[in-house]
Amino acid sequence: MSSEGKTVLDLKGLLCPMPVVKISLAMKTVPVGGIVEATASDPGVVADIPAWARSSGNELVSLEKVGDREFRFLVKRLK
Amino acid sequence: MSKSDPTKPKRLAIIASKGTLDMAYIPFILGSTAAAMGWEVGIFFTFFGLTLLKPKIQASVTPLGNPAMPMKMPFGPKWFQNVVWPIPVFMMSIPGFQALATTLMKMTFKNSNVATIEELRDICIQFGARLIGCQMTMDVFGFKREDFIPQAEIAGAAAFLEYAGDADVSLCV
Repeated sequence: MSSEGKTVLDLKGLLCPMPVVKISLAMKTVPVGGIVEATASDPGVVADIPAWARSSGNELVSLEKVGDREFRFLVKRLK
Repeated sequence: MSKSDPTKPKRLAIIASKGTLDMAYIPFILGSTAAAMGWEVGIFFTFFGLTLLKPKIQASVTPLGNPAMPMKMPFGPKWFQNVVWPIPVFMMSIPGFQALATTLMKMTFKNSNVATIEELRDICIQFGARLIGCQMTMDVFGFKREDFIPQAEIAGAAAFLEYAGDADVSLCV
């Protein structure tokens, strides 16, 4: 699932710990500096994804609420 | 970024001593999340937690003696699913009730799309978490190495304490 060289994930319907697990797996498929974009419906991602980014040493580029139970975030692989 | 050495990843140590369905989720969810965050993870299965190392996990749950467990039906219209059924305690000892409670709880989790215990255990293994069976309670309860998944290690308390001694987070469930 790539658009303009960016990997896009659909994590809607997945609950903890799956969003963090899937993002972690996706990071391994992109080169350093690569971006993964994901949409999720679990409100837990608001706290979990930033924590995952800090812990794994990657960058949270953006995280926004785009609907009632829909969140979009972009993460960049730093190492 | 462990407290003692900023260049090393954090370390999580969990002791899993319970084998019921509700208590099985805790070590595997925390373990898989920590592993996905790049942490070093070690889960020590002892006592009834040993059953979680079998290839096919057959954990049950019952509200008997578990008054905090709500009895709600995971099917039907929304208003029906929100009803908390007051089940008298004596009914919970009727043959078949425990199996029913277990089936309903599994359905509840499936409705919310939560992964199964086996799937969470697979994620732990995939991310390199160590799943360790307690040698002593294995001997006490008659478990043999062949009863467990091949990825499990076998160790004693001292070995696990050595690992946990440097852990940033140590939990017991």
